[in-house]
Amino acid sequence: MTTTQGGRPSDPYAAGAAGDTEGADAGRVFTVTGQDWDEVVSGVGEGLDAERIVVNMGPQHPSTHGVLRLVLELEGETVTEARCGIGYLHTGIEKNMEHRTWTQGVTFCTRMDYLSPFFNEATYVLGVERLLDIEHDVPEKAQVMRVLLMELNRISSHLVAIATGGMELGALTVMTIGFREREQVLDLFELITGLRMNHAFIRPGGVAQDLPDGSLAAVRDFVALMRKRLPEIAALCNANPIFRGRLEGVGYLDLEGCLALGLTGPVLRSTGYGWDLRKTQPYCGYETYDFDVQTWDTADSYGRFRIRMNEMFESLRIVEQCVARLEGLEGAPVMVADKKIAWPSQLSIGSDGQGNSLDHIRHIMGESMEALIHHFKLVTEGFRVPPGQAYVPVESPRGELGAHVVSDGGTKPHRVHFRDPSFTNLQATSVMSEGGMVADVIVAVASIDPVMGGVDR
Amino acid sequence: MSDEHLPEPAAAEAAAPGAEVRARRTGMFGVRGSGDTSGFGGLRRDVVFPAPAERPFGGWYDAVVDTLEAAVPGGVAQVVVHRGELTLHVHREHLAAAARALRDEPDLRFEVCASVSGVHHPDETGAELHVAYHLLSMTHNRRVRVEVTCPDADPHVPSVVATYPTADWHERETWDFFGIVFDGHPALTRILMPDDWPGHPQRKDYPLGGIGVEYKGGTIPPPDQRRSYT
Repeated sequence: MTTTQGGRPSDPYAAGAAGDTEGADAGRVFTVTGQDWDEVVSGVGEGLDAERIVVNMGPQHPSTHGVLRLVLELEGETVTEARCGIGYLHTGIEKNMEHRTWTQGVTFCTRMDYLSPFFNEATYVLGVERLLDIEHDVPEKAQVMRVLLMELNRISSHLVAIATGGMELGALTVMTIGFREREQVLDLFELITGLRMNHAFIRPGGVAQDLPDGSLAAVRDFVALMRKRLPEIAALCNANPIFRGRLEGVGYLDLEGCLALGLTGPVLRSTGYGWDLRKTQPYCGYETYDFDVQTWDTADSYGRFRIRMNEMFESLRIVEQCVARLEGLEGAPVMVADKKIAWPSQLSIGSDGQGNSLDHIRHIMGESMEALIHHFKLVTEGFRVPPGQAYVPVESPRGELGAHVVSDGGTKPHRVHFRDPSFTNLQATSVMSEGGMVADVIVAVASIDPVMGGVDR
Repeated sequence: MSDEHLPEPAAAEAAAPGAEVRARRTGMFGVRGSGDTSGFGGLRRDVVFPAPAERPFGGWYDAVVDTLEAAVPGGVAQVVVHRGELTLHVHREHLAAAARALRDEPDLRFEVCASVSGVHHPDETGAELHVAYHLLSMTHNRRVRVEVTCPDADPHVPSVVATYPTADWHERETWDFFGIVFDGHPALTRILMPDDWPGHPQRKDYPLGGIGVEYKGGTIPPPDQRRSYT
């Protein structure tokens, strides 16, 4: 720990560096690096006349749920003002997408909210498909596979939400168990798409690849395993008095607050309002699946935790229905029939790893000139999307995720803007935590479950 | 080969009545100032955005437009219905009143502002910068897009934070990336870029950046300097 009394702090990013005397160098500055709490306490006790302390929490802090900076103004242990600083993970994905083809855009946007890649891909792809006017031409199998992957993804994302939320409370077992189960989902993703994360699997017109052999059996085994293990997590947490004591009544935000601040997802549903885009504005054929929207009526962190818990069971129900449908769709197409849009290339596993499918190479090089032209044109040039704009939101694990896709008729997007639920929901940090204790700020932020990759994009 | 030698082609596609040509693409491979041996140099394609819709707009669209026009006379400049999505173009001086009406009128009741995003159309003289608000009515289960434009020389749009508090960060983001000033915003500062960042990165005249990559003697230029299809 280092302390600076008045004067210029060595931290160039402290507000005082800009030269204002009311900034960080007006008072005494403590730089806390960990394991020095006793020194801080004695230092604060020594001669700090003011009750008011400003704590800069993060951006590198294990409890802020990512590179989130919280500026907390404290009176004793009570938070009087809470502000968020974001942008530490800004990667310019939206700008980059304007310089790549429509298909390559999927590769970028899948990396935004890294815990729910399939939702990022889906909302972008649905927007592109609406502009192409091929929404009704996407094959049924592709839609079922999208739903299957999104629901598996919802389970993995909620598991991380609960796991990291538990870790931030100090419940490390919840964290290890949550990540253990998530790994099962990632194994399925690897089996189906080839990658654990950043899949770029959902493409305009369908999905990149058909299901590999044995994947449905693996999904069935996974569902059976989760039916056993999820109740264990529930039994560990649901009625746990410490868990309830930390979560109940913390991070309260009622329905009016949610609507004014644009909050969606589990936070909105924890007020008892069952708004779920899968039911209210269905996409990818969600209207044909049998599941229930989960709500809670306490509008607090505990309600949000229980909603996430229950939604995982609902996702398992949808996954089972997807598996049943996919059994009857063996060999069905997974990409639109229009050869001027459908991504031509196919992958397979060879003796030296994953690469181009030899069948496909044989087809374009030896059998069909037409197929070769289509392959060449789509891979080098891409397809053109008619001018216009579209916004097709999906219900991501964190709420409404939408992509405002603007085309000017070219082979590259004119503009893609993502409405990320984490970005919007994080605005509620102040409302949820001001007036509460410092320790409850952590709980409130964890109950929003922001993913900074999505917030900053 | 310069463009003068090329015949002026007939309008490639009959543009819908009322649709304006925003820009024109020429050629195919993005080559400028060198000999065209491909034959594609004479290719011209007009960028035509969806034309304004004529009444009846269909479905609930007419009722929404009527109610908004009654509440804010002259507020709706243009209505576009494209791919089943309703876009209301609103003059910026009417935006604050229109937003309030869209939220509070019982027949409109768009209580959530889902998203605010900017779009830069450098070819549209006098309306280079667009702001698109995606409003959601949970009461009626409807969505509408409100679009406002402002010229690059006077990039001011009234803020809707007083009506939709959620627009706070969204407007800051749009200011950050497009330089659109939202008048009346409580604290319009940069949000994702560093506070002292020069320029507004999502504008079309702002380069993507990046360096060329050398590999086995060849150099691949950064993505925004590569030759690409037009």
